Amino acid sequence: MAEVHTHEADDHDSAYAGLLVNDAHWAFGTDFEDPLAGVDTTVPEGVDAQELAAYCLQLGDDALILSQRLSEWCSRAPDLEEDIALANIALDLLGQARLLLARAAAADPSLVPALPEGSPVPPEDALAFFRSDREFRNVCLVELPNGDFAETICRVLVFSTYRLALFQRLTAHPDAVLRAVAVKGLKELAYHRDFAGRWFLTLARGTEESRRRLEAALAQVWAYRHELGDDQDAEVVLEQVLATSGVAAPGVRPVSTVGGHTEHLSRLLAEMQVVARAHPMGLW
Amino acid sequence: MSDVRGEWPLYEVFVRGKRGLNHVHVGSLHAPDDEMAVRHARDVYTRRNEGVSIWVVRSDEITASSPDEKDPLFAPSGDKVYRHPTFYDIPDDVPHM
Repeated sequence: MAEVHTHEADDHDSAYAGLLVNDAHWAFGTDFEDPLAGVDTTVPEGVDAQELAAYCLQLGDDALILSQRLSEWCSRAPDLEEDIALANIALDLLGQARLLLARAAAADPSLVPALPEGSPVPPEDALAFFRSDREFRNVCLVELPNGDFAETICRVLVFSTYRLALFQRLTAHPDAVLRAVAVKGLKELAYHRDFAGRWFLTLARGTEESRRRLEAALAQVWAYRHELGDDQDAEVVLEQVLATSGVAAPGVRPVSTVGGHTEHLSRLLAEMQVVARAHPMGLW
Repeated sequence: MSDVRGEWPLYEVFVRGKRGLNHVHVGSLHAPDDEMAVRHARDVYTRRNEGVSIWVVRSDEITASSPDEKDPLFAPSGDKVYRHPTFYDIPDDVPHM
């Protein structure tokens, strides 16, 4: 039997065989590279560098703050499987945030907070960890506390539906870096929307209790939907999800978000930034 | 709505790896329904790029042999060496054997 049962045949019996053959794609340890290493970050002609940077900052902050919120589910989700799913989504958004903050810093270096001379903190980290709450440009929708599982699902559904529609249009943006970020993000956001959409349906058709909680959660999220702007493409998708689930669009008044942020952002940032701020010369 | 259980059903997960030819059993998980089971399997078992295809099947849908039947099922093949294709020379360039 030995001659027919080769090592190669063994490999095909394991979905995990070969994973450690080439370690290059693993993030072992620390010392991450510049996410835009080797990328030409010259701002194209006809694009205002400051406007582009401000726009990337806004999109990056949305992803960063929602990522931080979703990470709070780690070890607290209703099931192990949901725990990993939400952590995956959080990591996808963190990846988007890194690229977008790095893009913002490259387009307009004056945005990056000043750090002590010789600090090894890269620009995207300086933007994430050394800005105060008033300097963050994210929508209030992403900074609100997680609420229950239904509220988290509703927020991911609404957020990813609008962001996916937006990223589809950004694939035609004049800035090549932003275009590339959008192309990469499309697949991630399509999955986030699918995940949340399926859960929305499951909760809507589940028990009386799951239905009641879902409707309450949707009303909560719906009041902040205007922050994401008017977007016909996104609205059509949400209408379909609601129609399929038999859930009526909540008749809630939009919450006024003029003047920036809620108090929840300050607390979120305190937790997110405390270690980095205590060690501005730290190398991670 | 009458059939409310406290626990989700268990699913067995099979993943076809990038280099693999067959779907291989990689583990199990809980999910509320078949479609969510595929999503869960994607998140739990392929997040490090392990697979290109996923099968899930309800664990209670699997019919398995019983350990009690072990001898009648498997022992008789043990002494029939002529059933094994060990009398052929396999060329070096034949893959997946």
